[in-house]
Amino acid sequence: MNNTVFINSARFILFAFLQIVLFNHIHLFGYATPLPYILFIILYPLHSNKKIMLIFSFLLGWILDIFHNSGGVHATACLFLAYFRNSFLKISYGVSYEYHIIKITEKISKELITYIILSVVFHHTIFYILEIFNFDFILEILLKTVTSTLITTIFCFILIAFLKPNRS
Amino acid sequence: MQQILFFLSKNSTKLLFLVLLAVSLTLTIQTHSYHRSKAFTSANAVSGSIYEKTHAVEEYLNLKYQNDILAEENAKLKQILYNSQIILDSSFHVRPDLRIVDDYKTYSTKIINNSYLKKENYLTLRGGSLQGFKKDMGVINAKGVVGIVENVSKNYATVQSILNTKTKIGAKVRNTDHFGTIIWDGKNAGYVQLIDVPKLAQLHKGDSIVTGGISTIFPENIPIGIVDKVYTSKASNFYTISVRLFNDMTNINHVYILENVHLEEIQQLEEETIHE
Repeated sequence: MNNTVFINSARFILFAFLQIVLFNHIHLFGYATPLPYILFIILYPLHSNKKIMLIFSFLLGWILDIFHNSGGVHATACLFLAYFRNSFLKISYGVSYEYHIIKITEKISKELITYIILSVVFHHTIFYILEIFNFDFILEILLKTVTSTLITTIFCFILIAFLKPNRS
Repeated sequence: MQQILFFLSKNSTKLLFLVLLAVSLTLTIQTHSYHRSKAFTSANAVSGSIYEKTHAVEEYLNLKYQNDILAEENAKLKQILYNSQIILDSSFHVRPDLRIVDDYKTYSTKIINNSYLKKENYLTLRGGSLQGFKKDMGVINAKGVVGIVENVSKNYATVQSILNTKTKIGAKVRNTDHFGTIIWDGKNAGYVQLIDVPKLAQLHKGDSIVTGGISTIFPENIPIGIVDKVYTSKASNFYTISVRLFNDMTNINHVYILENVHLEEIQQLEEETIHE
């Protein structure tokens, strides 16, 4: 149990730090900014207290908002993702995820890809609607959501590959 | 009573979600509204020092470019000074008999975090209330207007960029008295829009747009950009002008903060006038 707490605190700090110091400075095509810090929410232990998860997702988003000067945009998107995460798990892994504790990072499977893409699209859609907050820019919202989803997903898998414990 | 407690405990996750959602949405909507002072910004000790350390690394990547800009500016300023009759010697002692009174004080500082991809862009800079920086001071660099100081902490400050859909800066066409307002439509980081210039004004592509000097934030004639396209509509008596910025807002390092020395006096006077 203590191990889980430690791993998650470490992830919280690591992902927030990487996002602020590294990923916020990447702007591909002038549109896409990767936001792989949401891996914290995506990889959060499956059968754990949901309230604590909501609070920490909110805090993570809010910390990024303070650095971004964006009020509560990250916080809202993170909160939504944390609340609806179980639905995405159900869609991608089937009902079985509730009976078996799946180690989701065990191997990069079709289910894992579906789950991550669904979560990223959901988070980014909310994020860019709230950040731009003006439906005159609907095209830009779409463009930013699509390009950022691509780049975030790629970085998510890179980070998962790095974080996977060595089995050798 | 028991039922209420039962309801609360049964739906506690949902309620917590709704409470947190209310908080985050309030924060979001507050940022997008016009008149407010932000409570939580990157002008705080923790984020400021992290940005400062990141910036220290980043800075080396375009040190040469920034140096060239500064050297060029220095050369221009020296040319003006040596050709004017204001100074006594090359160490810039001003001739005492002129009795020049400063309207604006300038402080030099550095931008430690830049942002230009959003609709509401803010920059973070080194230096805060300890250095005497206050809200609503103007921020410029060698090439022109950068923004207006928005929030100040002890050692850091955030600047509302000229690339912010909330920013409004009084401007005019150089060498004329046709005033307008600079806004940003949120589309291109290289262009801002000048509105409210009456159609009577004679405008040409390539005319310089400078600050108007009506507000207490910027002195007159600080460069902003040049006229790129002029749009007219039959429905209105005003031009909408696309202005190409002199500044490359994506690459900004050294800036100057402008302090209006007479600000207190002006504000006091204005307040008295309103109250009477």
